Amino acid sequence: MTSPATPAEALVTVEDLHTFYGKSHILHGVSLTVGKGEVVGLLGRNGVGKSTTLKTIMGLVSPSQGSVVFEGRPIAGMQPHRLARLGIGYVPEDRRIFKLLTVMENLRTGLDRGGVTDARKQELLGKVFAYFPVLAERRDQAGGTLSGGEQQMLAIARAMMLEPKIILLDEPTEGLMPRMVSQIKEIIAVLHREGVAILLVEQNVPLTLEACQRIYFMEKGAVRHHAAASELKVDDPVIHQYLGV
Amino acid sequence: MAIPWDIIIIQTVNGIVTGMILALVASGLTLIFGIMDVVNFAHGELFMLGAYIGVVVIVATGSFWTALLLSTLIVALIGAALQVTTLRPLLGRDPLTTILATFGISLVLQNYALWHFGPVPRKIQEPITGQFELFYLVYPWYRVLIAALSAAIIGGLYVFLKYGTYGIWIRATMQDRVMAQAMGIPVPAVHTVVFAIGSGMAAASGVLFGPLIGINHAMGLDWVLKAFIVVVVGGMGNLGGSIAAAILVSLLEAYAVILVGYIYVGGQPLSPAMAVVVPFIVLIVTQLFRPTGLFVPTPK
Amino acid sequence: MSKRSNTTYWIAFWVAIAALTVAPLVLPEFWRRFLTEILIWGLLAMSSDILIGYTGMVSFGHSAFFGLGLYGAAAALLMVKPPNMWLAILYGLAFSAGAALFVAYFATRLRDIYFAISTLIFSQIFYVAIFTLTEITGGENGLNFSRPQLGIPGVYTLPFTSETLHWFVLAVVAGSYVVLRRITQSPFGMVLQSIRENEARTRAIGYPVERYKIVAVMLSGLFAGLAGVLYAFQNRFAAPDFVLFLISGEVVIFNVLGGIGTLVGPILGAAFFLTMREFLSRLFPYLASVFNVPHLAEFPYLIPLGLVFILMVIFMPQGLLGFAKRWLNK
Repeated sequence: MTSPATPAEALVTVEDLHTFYGKSHILHGVSLTVGKGEVVGLLGRNGVGKSTTLKTIMGLVSPSQGSVVFEGRPIAGMQPHRLARLGIGYVPEDRRIFKLLTVMENLRTGLDRGGVTDARKQELLGKVFAYFPVLAERRDQAGGTLSGGEQQMLAIARAMMLEPKIILLDEPTEGLMPRMVSQIKEIIAVLHREGVAILLVEQNVPLTLEACQRIYFMEKGAVRHHAAASELKVDDPVIHQYLGV
Repeated sequence: MAIPWDIIIIQTVNGIVTGMILALVASGLTLIFGIMDVVNFAHGELFMLGAYIGVVVIVATGSFWTALLLSTLIVALIGAALQVTTLRPLLGRDPLTTILATFGISLVLQNYALWHFGPVPRKIQEPITGQFELFYLVYPWYRVLIAALSAAIIGGLYVFLKYGTYGIWIRATMQDRVMAQAMGIPVPAVHTVVFAIGSGMAAASGVLFGPLIGINHAMGLDWVLKAFIVVVVGGMGNLGGSIAAAILVSLLEAYAVILVGYIYVGGQPLSPAMAVVVPFIVLIVTQLFRPTGLFVPTPK
Repeated sequence: MSKRSNTTYWIAFWVAIAALTVAPLVLPEFWRRFLTEILIWGLLAMSSDILIGYTGMVSFGHSAFFGLGLYGAAAALLMVKPPNMWLAILYGLAFSAGAALFVAYFATRLRDIYFAISTLIFSQIFYVAIFTLTEITGGENGLNFSRPQLGIPGVYTLPFTSETLHWFVLAVVAGSYVVLRRITQSPFGMVLQSIRENEARTRAIGYPVERYKIVAVMLSGLFAGLAGVLYAFQNRFAAPDFVLFLISGEVVIFNVLGGIGTLVGPILGAAFFLTMREFLSRLFPYLASVFNVPHLAEFPYLIPLGLVFILMVIFMPQGLLGFAKRWLNK
């Protein structure tokens, strides 16, 4: 199977990334690309460095070597809050919503930016409340009182408030009921329709195969394989190789 | 033994008044700690600096209120400058280093004040004179005023934190610094602003407290020690807790001043100066039984 | 440590001892006393290093341990006639050990920042107690007492001269250094350092961290008290000023200036600080007269020293010793 061609219009390109946590060498030269508006998957077992890759792109961890390029400019080492303003959204593995802030205040952390008109803010809010009616209901409730699934919705909605060009999604369906999993799938599809690129880290293979156009496979801190989603099936030996126990 | 009710009432009011000023100082300290894990040793010196600047402004303009306002602003700026130059480079290092750095700052500020203003204590005139009757004793209006003003400033802080974009940013950063950054909140700037707010509040306390006691270069130490105790007892980072703890500790100390006269050691009653042990005792008791703070449930 | 650097180390050690032994014979009286004081403060700073540099616990309470050693010795020298050197040492160490036990108890219950703040408050309380319990401690005016005789009373004694006192102090400080060095390099010392690096992991491995901390505090307090006793012999005067929190603060400064976790560093830090203090105290009056700015004469030495301290915390956290080591390794 030949590797699929990387898209002509690259949004995020990561090359030969090496990252350490203290003395642990986590990433051993990760390289991948996400094109404009593409949904790209990142699959692998626990601990291979998928989350670390996302964190490095988001600037939460500084790479010791390698480059991260966003819209043509190198961003490795830039402060995360600048990257968020440039258009990178991040939805971490444990959701990490602000538990003591209300749902509305959580959304405002992304909404209250310079250069956004009030009308646009209302538009964004309206859109997000339409996709997640539950959040509209609970808008004045503290984030910590929401259920796991609702917190996941909030985490995604919050990132959407930044009007990002790409969202880094880390295991959004972990611990969610099947009904919520399909809701996540829908949201990914909606975001894709709107032209938002997504880099999706997941353990849920069927979801990933359905939602993504291309998939990277990681093992031991590096990308080992790269395939188009259309060429893979759920019981593919490749899947077993990189995800099997 | 006759219970001196009138003295008890007076001490209660005194305790509340001192408690409010202490709450003002402690709020800044707990806010700074809660958001950037910095134990600001220099907080007492910011208090002292505020009082001195107040003196200078009053001498120049004759207005107490101008002094309060200007002093707060100037020290807020000084605080911001200090944070950017000495604390920002230390971000991410061992918390011990910020204790040391702020200790160094406190030494420099203290000695500068000593050199510039001299060892003779200064005084600020009360903005309103006059007293009122409190149970056949007279009590100065000014003390009630400072309690009210302190409460107002703290109330203002609360409102600022609750509503408004910056308040959300500050609260978000306090809860999860990393995620706040990921949401585009300029955390380094937020740190500086919070440090400035804390410094300004310390300065305001200094000016408000000025008329009650002589202002000298060493006044900061006692206040910062008590403020630390209050912050620890109330729960570090817990704003409401510090305020409650400040009042509690001040009341207890005020009562201790009376009680101490009844305790005899070697034939002599203890001097009222020994009442300073009271906050320390409260600290010890809290640390033994509720280490995370009196008003914070101990995590399992 | 390699054989070669070990030998170098011991050579350096004996050279230093030799220099310090000869010094009082060639120095004028003022500088002789100054050198003795550096040694005493060096011992105090070393004792603090056990906690800060090796166990990772910042303590601002050393002024209290020092003060108890000082006042304890004073008590012995005042209450028992003729003044007995050994009794003074005993009293001083006993008092500071008592305080160390008290602090040690809290060391086990409080984490870093809370511990640091508590020791600070403790030293302040101690100061207030000394200041106000005038009956017992002489309060503000302090206590005057006489220097004891060196030797064993009833067997053989001779009075201290400025030189012999210096050599006595040198012997005690050098001996303390050797003992502390032995301890820090022993398995016990290794555990302390492991606590400093990662307390949770040390506990998880199975070490009774609390017990180690208590011993560390006791050791630190005892040697600090010893410094206080020496100071009593040197000064013949005890006052609350020696128990100010500022003393604790200065000790921490010595530690950081010299380099924490090195034992020798704090002594160097003390030497540097005290020498700079002397130098600056003369510099400013001199500059004041040269530039005719009388106010400059009182410019506090703590302002430039404080600024140096802050700069070192930010840029040279390994202290002078660490800087020298790196420079020598180049």
